Amino acid sequence: MAADLAIETHQLGRIYTIRNRRERRIRREIVALQDVNLEIPRGELFGLLGPNGAGKTTLIKILTTLLAPTTGWARVAGYDVVREPHSIRPRINMVSGGEASGYGLLTVRENLWMFAQFYGLPTREANRRIEELLCRIGLADRMHTKVSDLSTGLRQKMNVVRGFLTDPEILFLDEPTLGLDVGAARDVRRFIREWMDAHPNRTVLLTTHYMMEADELCDRVAIISQGRVLACDAPEALKRRLQRDARLDIEITAPNSLTAAALEALPGVRKAVLTDVEGGARLNLVLEEDSVLPGVIQVLTEHAVQVRHLTKREPTLEDVFVDLVGRTLADSETGGGHGHGS
Amino acid sequence: MMRPSAHRYIGLSERWRAAWRSFRIATWLGWQIESNWTDPFLFAVYSMLKPLASAAILVVMYGVITQAQFQHPVFAYIYLGNAFYIYVGAVMTGVSWAVIDDREHYRTLKYIYVAPVRIPAYWLGRGVARFLTGSFAVLITLTAGVLFLRVPLHPARVDWPLFLLSLVLGVGALALMGLVLASISLRVAHHFFLIGEAVAGALYLLSGAIFPLEVLPAWLRPLGFMMPITYWLELIRRSLLGDAARAFPTLAGFSNGQLLGILTGLSVLFALVAAVVFQLCDRQARDRGLIDQTTNY
Repeated sequence: MAADLAIETHQLGRIYTIRNRRERRIRREIVALQDVNLEIPRGELFGLLGPNGAGKTTLIKILTTLLAPTTGWARVAGYDVVREPHSIRPRINMVSGGEASGYGLLTVRENLWMFAQFYGLPTREANRRIEELLCRIGLADRMHTKVSDLSTGLRQKMNVVRGFLTDPEILFLDEPTLGLDVGAARDVRRFIREWMDAHPNRTVLLTTHYMMEADELCDRVAIISQGRVLACDAPEALKRRLQRDARLDIEITAPNSLTAAALEALPGVRKAVLTDVEGGARLNLVLEEDSVLPGVIQVLTEHAVQVRHLTKREPTLEDVFVDLVGRTLADSETGGGHGHGS
Repeated sequence: MMRPSAHRYIGLSERWRAAWRSFRIATWLGWQIESNWTDPFLFAVYSMLKPLASAAILVVMYGVITQAQFQHPVFAYIYLGNAFYIYVGAVMTGVSWAVIDDREHYRTLKYIYVAPVRIPAYWLGRGVARFLTGSFAVLITLTAGVLFLRVPLHPARVDWPLFLLSLVLGVGALALMGLVLASISLRVAHHFFLIGEAVAGALYLLSGAIFPLEVLPAWLRPLGFMMPITYWLELIRRSLLGDAARAFPTLAGFSNGQLLGILTGLSVLFALVAAVVFQLCDRQARDRGLIDQTTNY
């Protein structure tokens, strides 16, 4: 039922037209988002997982009414993002990671109070929530510190509080832990999970390129690459798709003339990724079944490569990503890598 | 293909409440930004020295050109025009500067936009603090003119009702012009720093602030007559100086009532223009993804 959907998109697309600065007639089109169909029910913590440039932020911008789509439509809280932005805005909030936004001349409390006022929150209630949320995220001792005196990580925490402060029906978190140290990122993840547990009717759309974050937090995950949603399901369900395969991580000595392509040529080897590491190499294999392994060992032996350590493991979201996109998420961001995925 | 929606419009009273809330909070924010960038002593010194330095440039130039004829009615005319032109930079440019400040400096424009904020009301609120600091600068400049340059300004002879009415109408018109500039700044991510200064600079020449419009080439004069600032400055001078304000012939044929009527009409026109330009620029900025686009210039 559409009435139960917090977010709904249909054939949503966005093309950016870039003009050449010197030759204004020369234009280039970049497809940022293509045919995105999503249905996110209320109460769900939904993750968008993909590398930088996959279209995650573009999708969030459209859903938060900052950017118009070029094709399709999107509805947030039942309202059309293009025609009814003023009906959507009181019901949503947004936090973007990796940026140092905020009025530096104001204190943390003043910044947060101001945004609470924009949403019509009474001052007494705003102050109560500010104190509570700052305590929970570990920023209470900085309440009266000017924002300009905060580190980037602490500013980011303040912005996370700003997003939750107005108790939005739908919250958009765009890479909320980007640029945070391990401890701060853990604090933020715990904070998000606790808030969702305490507010079961609220919806969160979270974008991330951290596999672990998506796996740990999200009820469902959409894997997005080059503007397209490639798969959408619960993390466990996504991983189950790959459980029929045997996944092996093998530490080997220097690979000499061994290539991933040579291994993938073997019957039963679905994927081989060879990565140089200090003093040797790491071989990630996906085999159709365990019985393929002796053939692989034989090829290693023929190339005078010795096995140092071998681990069989359960599939992860990273495996799902590699299976769908054809390369690791890290390689997707650098545009290449050592791996030779098929 | 657009899917039909239920079209649940926000009620009018809620829109007004949101607009008032946006204006009120933006006013508070603007004052915090204006008054907190340095310590109070430096702020006070800067607020006094800046307008005096600007006025001094004009006074020195006038003194050199006219061989120090500071008693001539033209001097008072020019001095007052220059003093009240401070409002143009403060209010008009101040309102539009909020876009640049929020987008480039504080990186908060997208969060303001995503919030239930009435953007034009928010921009106007951000201009209030600039109006207050601008008023202080105008007051300092006028006081210096009276004390040291014998500008013939006597409180007992001032037409206060006309002055206050003109001031309200004029500042309102400047704020509306600021809204037009703010909307254009929203739409133009690059080169936006130039817009406010370029327009304020051009209007200095086109609005009869320091010389009559007759000095301008004939093809430029209509632009001057289209600007509310031209009529506003004339009204301000007349209310403060009385007949001495008729030193420039440009608007001598108009009565105060006619000038007020023209100023009101132009203000209404600019209100309509501001509404249309905002709608247009807002839509284009969202179409092109410019609302949170920073240039790092």
